[in-house]
Amino acid sequence: MVALRIEVRGRAVEDGSAAAAVTSPDADAAAAARFVAPPLGVELRRVYLLDGDPGPAVLAELCATVLADVVVEQAEVLSEPPDDPHRVEVGFLPGVTDTEARQLEAVIKALGGGDIATATLRAYRLAGATPDELAHLARTRWANPTIERWAVGTLPAPFAAPPAEHATVDNVALDGLDDEGLVQLSRQRLLSLDLTEMRAIAAFYRDLGRAPTDAELETLAQTWSEHCNHKTFRARIDLTVRDEQGAIVSTETVDGLLNSYLRAATDTVAKPFVRSAFVDNAGIVAFDDRWDLAIKVETHNHPSALEPFGGANTGVGGVVRDVIGVSARPIACLDVLCFAPLDTPEADVPDGVLAPARVAQGVIAGIGDYGNKLGLPTVAGAVVYHPGYLGNPLVYCGAVGLLPHGAHRTGPQPGDLVVVLGGRTGRDGIHGATFSSAELVTESTDLSGSAVQIGDPITEKATMELVCDARDAGLYRALTDCGAGGLSSAVGELGASTGVRVDLAVVPRKYPGLAPWEVWLSEAQERMVLAVPAEHLDALVLLGDRWACEVTVIGAFTEDHRLRVDHGDTAVVDLPMDFLHDGCPRRHLEATWQPPALEPVTGSVPSLSVSEALLALLAQPTVASKADLVGTYDHEVRGGTLVRPWCGPRAEGPSDGVVLVPLECWEGSRAAFSLGLGINPRYGRLDPYRMALAAVDEAFRNVVAAGADPDQVSLLDNFCWGNPTLADRLGSLVRATQGCHDAAVAYGAPFVSGKDSLYNEFDGVPIPATLLITALGIVPDRDRTAQAYARGDAGDLYLLGTTAAELGGSMYYELIGRRDGAVPGLPPGEALAVHRVLHRAIGAGLVAGAHDCSEGGLAVALGEFALAGDVGLEVDLPRNALAAPELLFSESCGRFVVQVRAGAAAAFEALTANVACQRIGSPLASPHLRIAVDGEVMVELSLAEVRVAFCGQEVAT
Amino acid sequence: MTKRAQIGVLTAPGSNRDGEAARAITMAGADAHIVAFDGSLDRFDGVVLPGGFSYGDALGAGMRWALEVGGAVRAVAVSGRPVLGICNGFQVLVRSGLLPGGTVSPGGTVSPGGTEARAVTLTANDHGRFVCRWVTLAVEPDNRAGLDRLLPGRLACPVAHGEGRLAVRDAATMARLEAGGHVLFRYVEGTNPNGSVGDIAGLCDTSGLVWGLMPHPEDHLTGTQNPFPHRPGREGLALFEAFVSRARAN
Repeated sequence: MVALRIEVRGRAVEDGSAAAAVTSPDADAAAAARFVAPPLGVELRRVYLLDGDPGPAVLAELCATVLADVVVEQAEVLSEPPDDPHRVEVGFLPGVTDTEARQLEAVIKALGGGDIATATLRAYRLAGATPDELAHLARTRWANPTIERWAVGTLPAPFAAPPAEHATVDNVALDGLDDEGLVQLSRQRLLSLDLTEMRAIAAFYRDLGRAPTDAELETLAQTWSEHCNHKTFRARIDLTVRDEQGAIVSTETVDGLLNSYLRAATDTVAKPFVRSAFVDNAGIVAFDDRWDLAIKVETHNHPSALEPFGGANTGVGGVVRDVIGVSARPIACLDVLCFAPLDTPEADVPDGVLAPARVAQGVIAGIGDYGNKLGLPTVAGAVVYHPGYLGNPLVYCGAVGLLPHGAHRTGPQPGDLVVVLGGRTGRDGIHGATFSSAELVTESTDLSGSAVQIGDPITEKATMELVCDARDAGLYRALTDCGAGGLSSAVGELGASTGVRVDLAVVPRKYPGLAPWEVWLSEAQERMVLAVPAEHLDALVLLGDRWACEVTVIGAFTEDHRLRVDHGDTAVVDLPMDFLHDGCPRRHLEATWQPPALEPVTGSVPSLSVSEALLALLAQPTVASKADLVGTYDHEVRGGTLVRPWCGPRAEGPSDGVVLVPLECWEGSRAAFSLGLGINPRYGRLDPYRMALAAVDEAFRNVVAAGADPDQVSLLDNFCWGNPTLADRLGSLVRATQGCHDAAVAYGAPFVSGKDSLYNEFDGVPIPATLLITALGIVPDRDRTAQAYARGDAGDLYLLGTTAAELGGSMYYELIGRRDGAVPGLPPGEALAVHRVLHRAIGAGLVAGAHDCSEGGLAVALGEFALAGDVGLEVDLPRNALAAPELLFSESCGRFVVQVRAGAAAAFEALTANVACQRIGSPLASPHLRIAVDGEVMVELSLAEVRVAFCGQEVAT
Repeated sequence: MTKRAQIGVLTAPGSNRDGEAARAITMAGADAHIVAFDGSLDRFDGVVLPGGFSYGDALGAGMRWALEVGGAVRAVAVSGRPVLGICNGFQVLVRSGLLPGGTVSPGGTVSPGGTEARAVTLTANDHGRFVCRWVTLAVEPDNRAGLDRLLPGRLACPVAHGEGRLAVRDAATMARLEAGGHVLFRYVEGTNPNGSVGDIAGLCDTSGLVWGLMPHPEDHLTGTQNPFPHRPGREGLALFEAFVSRARAN
C-alpha cells in the first residue's frame, strides 16, 4: 500500500506576537536561521510517513495532539503524495538513525495503532521557485548528501523490505601482491596503512599459511591506525633544525615524542595529585579528599568537515564516553573550533568543501544539541578564524568527569562476560579511525559517507546513568567505550592482557543486512563494553531496565591471549593479541624545521591610529564577542557554574577561565575547579616551539586568573597538524612538542592526557599547525575566585608581568599585514612567581577583578575589562623603551590586568613587591576608555564605541 | 517534630535537571526522591517535573512525557497536592492541558485540569535558537497560587531552552490568563529571552496547585551561584520553600 503522510505546517496566531514558524525537529535547521539566513518566503513543513493505517482515532490523536502543536500549527493526513512542484523534500538515507520516527512508532503502539514503521521528512516550500533554483538551494543549504537524500517534489517512502542477514566472511589474498599491490589494497579498502605495515601483515599471514579475513585486515588497520596507535608520536624521528637560509643548526634523534617530551614532563614535575596520565581513556587528577576529576579532549575534524552537525554532535558524544570509560560521571563540556572566515566568498570554496558559514552553523548546533540534551554545561571554548581551515576545519571537544577516588577498575579476569551497553549497531561510522588518519580530498564526501556517525544523546544519558550505578554497586571489573574502530577496538583493547572471544550474531542491530565485519567495525554511537563477573549480570540487567538501556552479553574473556570473533558458527577473526597490539612496525621518520625567511614589509602599512587599531582588533572575529554563540549552549545546568563564560553585570565580558563546583561536591569541601584554554595558530608558522610555550602560558594564566592554585594545575595537549610523513610538517610538530615539555616543566604542571590528529590537509595543503592546550586547575575556595570585569567602586588597576617587543604572529601584525617579528616566549625569571603572587592576592580577598592579556595584548584586555564591567578606565603606561604598539599590542606571556578592591592597594603592593608589577590606572567616573603612554593620550574611546566594535552593531543600543 | 514532606522528582529518559531540583527541595526542608514513573504518584506529598529533554523532545518538547504521566500528575493535583513543572516539566504540564487548565464549578470549587482544546502553548523561541542566560522574573500580583505573598518581588535565575516561547490562540485566551490570575511570573522588561507573549515566564492553574515556569530557580539556591554582585542572591530557594510549605499543608 501507499504510505500515509501527515504534513504539519505553521498557522498564524492572533496574540500579536511574531507569525508562527514550524519548529524544526533538529536544532541544525533551527540554527540555520541565525548563521545562514534562509531566503525569504521559505515555508518549512514537517512530514511524517506511516507504513500502514493506525485507524481514524489514532490518526486524529496524532494530528490534534502528538504531531502538531495546535495552538500554532495544523496537521493534515494525505493518502498520497501531494503534487507540489514548489517543494524540496529531505529525508535520511537508509541506515541513518531517525530518532523521531522511532519515538513516533512507540507512541502509535501505545495509542493502540499497532506496529507501524514510520519515517520523517522535511519539506521546504518556496512559491515561484524553478526546479533548478530549488535544486541549488537543496544542494547548498537544505540537504547534506552524506546523510540525507532529497528531491524536488516529493520523496518516495523508504519502507523497502529489509535485506536478508548475511554472514559472509571473505578472505583477502595477500600472497600474490607485490609492494605496489599492497599499497593499492590499503588505499582501496581505506586501511590507511603504509607499505612497511602492509608487508608486516603479509609476512604474518605467510607464516600462518592462510589469507586474512576481511574482518582481520580491518581489525589490524583500526588497531594500527594513527588514531588508535599514535604511530607518529611513538616513532623514532631524526630532526634537522636549519636557519632561515637553510644551513644546518643542529641535528638530533628523538626516541618518541610521547615518551621523550610529554610523559617526560609529567615524570619530571612528579605531582602527587596525578592519579592517571596517558594510560586510560582520560587523565585523572585529585579534586579533594574524596573525589577525583577525569578530563579528556578529542578532535572530530574530518567527520565535521563532511557533516558538520553530526560530526560535532558525535564528537561531544565520543569524548563524553571517554570520560565514562574511566568510571567518571561527565559533568562539563568544552569545545574549541577553527573555521575559515565566515564571509569567505562562495567562489573561493573548492568543490567537495562546505562553505565555512555552513560548517560553523552545523558544528555549533551539533555541539549544543548533544551537550544540552545530555544535561552537561558547555562552559569553555574558543573560536579561531583563519583561511587555512577552509578545506579542513577543526573541532576540539572536551569533557570533564567526576569519580570517587579509586573507583576506576581496569582488570578483566578470564571468565568475565563481555557486555555491550547502550545503542544498537548499524552501518554508521565505518572506517572512522582509518578515515581520520587520511587526508581529505575532493572526493572524500563520496568515499567516506559511511564514516560519519549520527548521535543520540538520550541513549548516551541512559548509558551514563547505568555505568555510574554499576560502578557504585561494583558490578564490573573493567570498561571502555566504543569509539574509533567500534567493537574491534574496544574488545581488542579490553582483552589485550587476557584474551577474549565474542559472537557477533548476538550483537543488537538497528536493522538487518550487516556483514560480520561491518558489525565488528561499526562506530555506531552510545555503546560501552564492560567486563562483568557472571554473578553480577542479573544486577546489571536490572539497572538496564531502570535506565531503559539495552544490556547484551556477547562473549567472555579467556586465558588464551587471542582475539577470537565468531558470527554464529563462522570464524571471523582469530589473531594473537601480541601481533595485534605489538606487531605494528615502529616508524622511523625524517623531520626538518626551518623558520620562514624574513619577508620584507611590502606595500604600504595601513596608517592606523592606536584607537583605530584597537577598535579593529576588538572587532576581529577571533577576538570579538561570541556571546551569541555561547548562549546557544546551556552553561548553567547542574547549577555549579560559578565563573561563567561571560561575565560582568551585562554578561558582556569574555572570562579567562571558568570555575565550576560539581553538583555532588557542595558539602564537605570548599573546592572548585577551573578550566582554561590556550591556542594560537598564528604563531606556528614563525616558531612552533614558542607557540607551544605561549599556549601553555595562556591556558595556565586563564585558570590562575579565575582563582586556581598555580601549584595544582594539570595540562592536556591536542595537536592538529598536517601529514607527518612529510619532513616539514613533522619538524614543526617536534618543535611544538619540545615547547610543551619545556613549558610544563617551567610551570610544574603535568600533562595528564593528550591526543593528536594528523593528516589535516586538503588537496595537499596542510592546515596551520594548531596546538590546543587545556588547563585544569583546582580552586581551593569556591568563594575566592576572580572575574574579568572592572568595578566602578573598586580600587586601582595594576599590570602584573613584563611586556616585551613580541609582536610576531600577533593580531596587530596580522591587522597591518606584517608577517615577521618575535613570537612571545616564556616570561623572564621564574615563570611561576607572578602566578603565585596573583593567587595569594585572590585568596586574601585583595582582588576585585583580573583579566589576562592574550590576543590583541594589553589594549584589548583593557577594552574587554572596561566593557565587561560597564565602567570607564583611565590608564597611563610608562614607555619602558618600547614603542606604543609594542606596549599596547604585544602578546607577551604571563601578564594580567588586576583591579584591587577599594583600600587594598597597600596590601597588594606589599605582596607584589618582588615581581614585575606596576600601577597603571584607575576607574573613571565617565564611560570612557583612556590609555596614555608617559602621559600622552593614545586611546580615547567611549564604551559605546568599544561595545559596537566588540559586540557588533545589533547589541550596541 | 513535624514530618518532613516527601516530594517526588519525576524523571523520564533525557531528564537532566533532576539533581538540582532535588537539591532545592532538600534545602527547602523536604525529602526529595528522584524516581522514574512507575504508574503511581500516591506516595508523594507533591511532585516536581524537572527540566531536561524527555525522550529527546523528539515529537515536540515534553510531548511523549505528557502522554506518559499527564493523567497521574492530574490526579496529584485533584487530590490537593502541589505540582511544579520547570522548563521541560512546564512544557509537559502545558501539553497535557494541566496548565493553564482548571475549571470552576458553579458552586465555586475549583478542580485542576481542563478538557477544552489547548489554547496556550510553549513553542520555538522567536529567534529560532536555544538560549541560555540569566533573566530577572517579577512575581505577578494576585496570582491564584498566592506566590506574591510568599516570594520577594523579584527573582534572578537562568533560562536554558529552545522551545520556551509562550503563545496563545487568541486575545481572549490572553485576557483569561491575565484576568484569571494564571500568570505567576513575567520576565522583567528587557530580559524576555524568547518572545513570550506578555513577557510571561510562568503560569499556574485555576486551583493554584499546579505551577509551571521556563526559568531555572533551582540553579540559584546559594549566594555563590549569584553572578550579580549587587543582588541579594539565593533567589530561587524561596520558590521551593513555598512549594514545600504547600505540600506540608496536606
